[in-house]
Amino acid sequence: MGAAAELGTIWALVRRSANEILRVPGAAIPGVLAPTIFFLGLTAAFGSLTLLPGFTTDTYQSFIIPVSLLQGAGFTGAATGVNLARDIEQGWFDRLIVSPASRPVLLAGLVLSASLRSLIPATVLLSVGFALGVEWPGFDGLALALALVLGLGTAAACWGTMIALRFRTQSAAPLMQAGMFVAILTTTAYAPLELLTGWLQDVARLNPVTQVVEAARQGFVEGTLSWSETWPGLLALAGLVLVLGALALRGMRRASY
Amino acid sequence: MSGLALNARVVGALGMRSVRQTLRRPQLVSPILIFPTLLLAVQTGGAGSAVDLPDFPEVNGFLDFMIAGAMIQATLLAGNSGGIALAVDLEMGFTDRLFSAPISRFAIVLGRLAGTAVLGAFTALWFIAIALIFGVQFEEGIPGAVLMIVFVTLSAVAFGALSAAIALYAGQASVVQGLFPLLFVILFLSSAFFPAELMLEPAASVAEYNPLSFIVTGIRDQVVGGFDLAVFAETVGAIALIGAISIALSAVALRRRLRVG
Repeated sequence: MGAAAELGTIWALVRRSANEILRVPGAAIPGVLAPTIFFLGLTAAFGSLTLLPGFTTDTYQSFIIPVSLLQGAGFTGAATGVNLARDIEQGWFDRLIVSPASRPVLLAGLVLSASLRSLIPATVLLSVGFALGVEWPGFDGLALALALVLGLGTAAACWGTMIALRFRTQSAAPLMQAGMFVAILTTTAYAPLELLTGWLQDVARLNPVTQVVEAARQGFVEGTLSWSETWPGLLALAGLVLVLGALALRGMRRASY
Repeated sequence: MSGLALNARVVGALGMRSVRQTLRRPQLVSPILIFPTLLLAVQTGGAGSAVDLPDFPEVNGFLDFMIAGAMIQATLLAGNSGGIALAVDLEMGFTDRLFSAPISRFAIVLGRLAGTAVLGAFTALWFIAIALIFGVQFEEGIPGAVLMIVFVTLSAVAFGALSAAIALYAGQASVVQGLFPLLFVILFLSSAFFPAELMLEPAASVAEYNPLSFIVTGIRDQVVGGFDLAVFAETVGAIALIGAISIALSAVALRRRLRVG
């Protein structure tokens, strides 16, 4: 297959994913609703945490919005895995792997769709957030946050794909969702690192997603970006995409019909 | 065999089937046990410093406060899972076969609720075990823990009946599954995760009158604060209110389904 044909295949897979949203809009609702409800719920329930000495902002919604954005990307990526498992169960994936398209091209199509779809919950969340007083992060802060959302959507899709190819059933959906849930929430999601308690402080310090959360958060909390807070997030995300992408590709290459 | 004994056997058999069905499917087990446990772990570590806030109730640790919230979250989701499973049975035609059998139709729904009750009791035991492992001290000791299990089991039946009513009315699992986000709205708008007086408005005002807050407080009092007759009465009243409405709705939905098909 030439490069043009490969790009055409990727584009066709992205179009197929977009068609799903246009033809069954209800299917996108859970992925949008879940992070939005968590955003609103966590703000309402834990908003008083900003009164603690050492908290880095006085508006909890500004603190939590990057977590919700990344959670939306995580759920969307996991949903890609669930959809792939459905395609495997229904035999559609078998038809894909006997086509002349290479496995990396098939993976790229799936992952790119998920990455772009993660912008849907992000748009809704940002609209709700700004209406409820989330601080304006600046155009550069917003662009960085959205870039990180796209990146985490990619990593999550690789994770979902890897699990779907391993278990080949939609019954593995909780594992796909739980993986992203744990990765995103065992960070500085609820409070700054110094205010986390017990085991979570140690885990958050080691979890690479903490760097992604902190990079996405800086614009909303500090109003400005600094390279020292940005590069660890970009590096951590690149590492996640690389490792999970390699594992997903390994699964793709091993897939047989 | 008398009618009552026959119906009791039907309820027992369908209840066991319901429990086995849930335990065999990861999609049904994970919302009941895995997600509430993960959320409990993350929220305890993430918002644990909240105990230093002025006006936070006197506790040994944030887990003391959170354990009741995790229980009620699991209970709500157990009720919803029961409703989803009933809707799946309706979609697959299994319930139609039961309807044509010479057994009471209400026993069919009661069987599902019996299964939900067992799962509710199991979640209560699960979280009590977690609490004990991580050093939570029960203010009311063993009687308090038993009362927690009773409250959680009865709540599971009440919430399960509500989901069953929706399943019987809609007959589609996707409709019952669509309630998941709504359950989280109800949870966040209660004192399940944080004291109502420390929540932000308007959630704080809603939480004060949310029946779920009364149930959570009744469960929580066995760990934090100690037994209080007024709180006990409020908890029983809230469960009875939700249960009565839910069972009445289930009965109406069942009659409608039998009439319409």
